[in-house]
Amino acid sequence: MPPDLDPTHAPAIAASRLSKIYGRGNTRVVALDEVSLTVDRGEVVALLGPSGAGKSTLLTAVGLINPPTAGQIAIGGVPVMDGDRALVDVRAFRRERLGFVFQKANLIPFLTAVQNVQIALEINDQPSRPARRRALQLLDYLGVADRADHLPAMLSGGQQQRVAVARALANRPSLILADEPTAALDSRRGRQVMELFRQVAHEQGAGVLVVTHDHRALDVFDRTVEMEDGKLRPASPPTQTPAPSPTLHGNQNES
Amino acid sequence: MNLAAQDIRHNLGRFTLTALGIGLLLMIVLGMGGIYRGMIEDALVVVDHIGTDLWVVQRGTRGPFAEISRVPANLEHRLRAVPGVASARPFVAHTIQREHRGRPLRITVQGLAWPEDKGEWIQLLAGRRLAQAHYEMIADASLGLGLGEVLRLGKDNYTVVGLTRGMVGSGGDGLAFFTVPDAQAIQFDLPGEATRLERAARRHRAQMQDLGRAQPGLLDRGAGPVSGIPALGPPLVSAVLVALAPGADAGEVVRTLDAWADVSVHSRSDQRDLLVRGLIDKARRQIGLFTVLLVIISTIIMALIIYTLTLDKVHDIALLKLMGARNRMIVGLILQQALLLGAIGYGIAYQLGSWIFPRFPRRVLITGDDLATLAIVVAAISLLASLLGIAKALRVEPNQVLA
Ligand SMILES: Nc1ncnc2c1ncn2[C@@H]1O[C@H](COP(=O)(O)OP(=O)(O)O)[C@@H](O)[C@H]1O
Ligand SMILES: [Mg+2]
Repeated sequence: MPPDLDPTHAPAIAASRLSKIYGRGNTRVVALDEVSLTVDRGEVVALLGPSGAGKSTLLTAVGLINPPTAGQIAIGGVPVMDGDRALVDVRAFRRERLGFVFQKANLIPFLTAVQNVQIALEINDQPSRPARRRALQLLDYLGVADRADHLPAMLSGGQQQRVAVARALANRPSLILADEPTAALDSRRGRQVMELFRQVAHEQGAGVLVVTHDHRALDVFDRTVEMEDGKLRPASPPTQTPAPSPTLHGNQNES
Repeated sequence: MNLAAQDIRHNLGRFTLTALGIGLLLMIVLGMGGIYRGMIEDALVVVDHIGTDLWVVQRGTRGPFAEISRVPANLEHRLRAVPGVASARPFVAHTIQREHRGRPLRITVQGLAWPEDKGEWIQLLAGRRLAQAHYEMIADASLGLGLGEVLRLGKDNYTVVGLTRGMVGSGGDGLAFFTVPDAQAIQFDLPGEATRLERAARRHRAQMQDLGRAQPGLLDRGAGPVSGIPALGPPLVSAVLVALAPGADAGEVVRTLDAWADVSVHSRSDQRDLLVRGLIDKARRQIGLFTVLLVIISTIIMALIIYTLTLDKVHDIALLKLMGARNRMIVGLILQQALLLGAIGYGIAYQLGSWIFPRFPRRVLITGDDLATLAIVVAAISLLASLLGIAKALRVEPNQVLA
């Protein structure tokens, strides 16, 4: 059992009856309609659904960057939101416990690949030397160590996204939230990223929630949930446990 | 890792140009102060260097730097008789403008009380001091005259025998030193016909007086050159400079002279104060206001630059917040860039100013005090200018990353 796994086995995410209403009057949109969702530690969950279903809204609400209109959120057993009211210092919570990956890599353009990872560690009060060492390790792990000192503009889309994944993993988050992280990648590399999430979830006991449209990689997930019109569909039967996948260690031949 | 430094390294060209622009603005701020200091320095050149203790001027006036002062030419001799007075010499100064080699030449003509004063107190750049009673001059380099150059002033030719640097009058015009009689000849030069008319009028005035009737010889002298008739001619001297004997009681001498009905006495520091306050006060306010305006403009420009630098980074700032960065880090990023811009601009202002100011027609004097003050002002400007950017950065929401 990984050492940072909470012995109380509190779920990574426990969201109950989350609602989010955008706008008012005739621009009023109910993006989330009393959504309840639980993601356990060590569990990798795919969030599916058509465009506009409310997937991103759910992800950002759980990620403490877009407060819900109503409902409760607990992360790792800690109640963090009650309606639109924060119960903790959300910024501190984000830097210590959460990791984000988005469709775009969102790297800081004036920092090199390794610095983009390093900054996440320094934000979380790591001294710069060990931060750099860990950042290099992560880049190595993701197969982009040879691009460590390149600026984002000199990296391919796939390389950028792997740097973004390394950044999300840097502080060993207990919850990883990813919104279409593989949309800009080809299917092989997309699958590699999903497998990496799975590996981190299982090795570090992190909960992982991934919004995806890529049905070919669904076998990587422990469970899938589907959204439509701001509601969760009744749970679909769990997919089969996938065949053990090769790790990404030493897999550096792609660009 | 320093975010500000990384950002600057990435945008080095743009940052350099911006710093250059701010540097030029600050250089002008520095220059304004320098012009003011230079003006004071220029105005005080004569008072500070002429080596006198007391200025004796026309009663009720404050001397030649403030207004027209005329004292009788024989005052010099009366003063020498006062106990405690070591020497007394006339002071003659006036500005003329002549054409020379096709361009206007403004000269502040300064009389030296030859032979007591050969200009020993003047620091020479080249050449020598006056060696004869007439037709020689020492000119300031700013007049653009060369050694040995001959200048026609009035009815006589004067040869430049010595050159000085930085000797200018309170108007900023270069000084030229002549003997007092030469200086007066230049000042009171009249066309021949005017001289004839004046001499006739003078003879007529003398005939109307008891003095003229009792001493017929005076009539002949009245028709001669002005210098031959100290009793009849107009007072030609602006002031008389008095040097005190070693150990003499200045207060005693001043009390004695104050009792004379036709003159007033001012100490050297009185004259300095008078120059600084009277002559320079308006200029100071003028330049001061300009400087304040420039500082305000610099602040606004810098604030806009910092603000646009921040706008360019809104997405990155949103991302930093998303990752949980504290406000301290984000404020630090903006503040450090503002301060660095200010510091580099300051350096550029100093370097460029040191090179450019000496090429200005009038003295631009940069003092250590002014440099220190500007450093503080620049720091304050940078802080103030970053407020707009900081306010923007603090309003950035982490979910703007997704926009
Ligand atoms: N900032 C916003 N303001 C108003 N409406 C929004 C905003 N963000 C999302 N919506 C609306 O909420 C609904 C859900 O959006 P979203 O969560 O982005 O869906 P998905 O990620 O599943 O495509 C959509 O109808 C969208 O138009
Ligand atoms: Mg979406």
